[in-house]
Amino acid sequence: MLIEYAIASFFASAAFGIIYQAPRNTIIKCGLVGMIGWVIYISLVWREVDSVPATLIASFVIAMVSQMLARIYKTPMIIFSVPGIIPLVPGSLAYDAMRNFVQNDYSVAISIAAKAFMISGAIAFGLVFSEVLNQIIKKIRQTKVQLR
Amino acid sequence: MERTEDLIELCLLMGKIMQQNGAETYRVEDTMTRIAQSFGRDEAQSYVTPTGIVFTISPGAPAKLVRVSARETNLEKVKLANNVSRNITNGDMSTHVAYKELRKIETSPTDYSMLMQIIAATLASGFFSLMFQGSWYDFLPACIAGGLGFIALINFIRLFEIKFVAEFIASLLIGFTAFSLFSLGIGKEVDKVVVGSIMPLVPGLLITNAVRDLMAGHLISGLAKGAEAFLTAFAIGAGIAVMFALF
Repeated sequence: MLIEYAIASFFASAAFGIIYQAPRNTIIKCGLVGMIGWVIYISLVWREVDSVPATLIASFVIAMVSQMLARIYKTPMIIFSVPGIIPLVPGSLAYDAMRNFVQNDYSVAISIAAKAFMISGAIAFGLVFSEVLNQIIKKIRQTKVQLR
Repeated sequence: MERTEDLIELCLLMGKIMQQNGAETYRVEDTMTRIAQSFGRDEAQSYVTPTGIVFTISPGAPAKLVRVSARETNLEKVKLANNVSRNITNGDMSTHVAYKELRKIETSPTDYSMLMQIIAATLASGFFSLMFQGSWYDFLPACIAGGLGFIALINFIRLFEIKFVAEFIASLLIGFTAFSLFSLGIGKEVDKVVVGSIMPLVPGLLITNAVRDLMAGHLISGLAKGAEAFLTAFAIGAGIAVMFALF
């Protein structure tokens, strides 16, 4: 059920906002950002998109939303993006890989670790991509102002 | 005219607070040089790694170093430091006032009580086990195991001062709790319970930040963060694996 996942990811992200000591008035927004990201991710995965591109798209959207919120509330963007990104982070994969490593199941471990690395790469790529897009938009606006 | 030493101290303290509390490497460097620029020092340079910050105000001047020994994530402090830097660059704050303000931020207590953080970690564990396709039967055991693990982590970090050991013991406790509850018949899939309850410990953010720093060209920071993340993941995996072997 999508609604169940949405609720779970909202509370998980908001709780991570508290663990990471986000300012009190941003906790609900952190939860919402996390929820948006996870809903996008899970609905893409359900449509049989691979988890790497699904993560890329979700993290891109999270970064865009965080940047918007950051501009509105004049705070650094990471306050929203860090708790929001947490559900996407391949923590469970990293753990799974390590568990296989310590159980001497190296070939399984390596392939899971590679997947975890790909997913963290996708998250980072999504974040960087949205930043670049943002800068381009900013530059276009500046040149427009100058042309006038 | 601002004194140069004051300005250097201000930039270093700003960098230290930001780096200690989880700001991105490029943002730390950027903020430090921008503060210097707002006082007309256009050639200031900063070099930031996860464990130390080097800053020089002008090419001929001696470089100063600050050691960053402990890192945590405290977004509130990042926000407050950012506000201060905004005020400085707008010209609304003198170095003296800004320095005092930063000192206050550095020593200010955390905004959330320990109990609240433990409750947050407890709930996060439960909801994460749901998000990883666990059933509602797994919610309660994940909460219990995750909450206990988090309590163990914050207490053992104080005791040992070596994060790695504290994480290992916390994950041992999580594994023990999850497997014991499972053998008592509480919980449906022990894997989902374990995965959910280790989430508050997992270095997910570090892994992502590591890759991001590498992409941005901060190679040393990226590798250092990656190494820290690997150590943490190894500690957690080892702790759980011991319990796997026992049960």
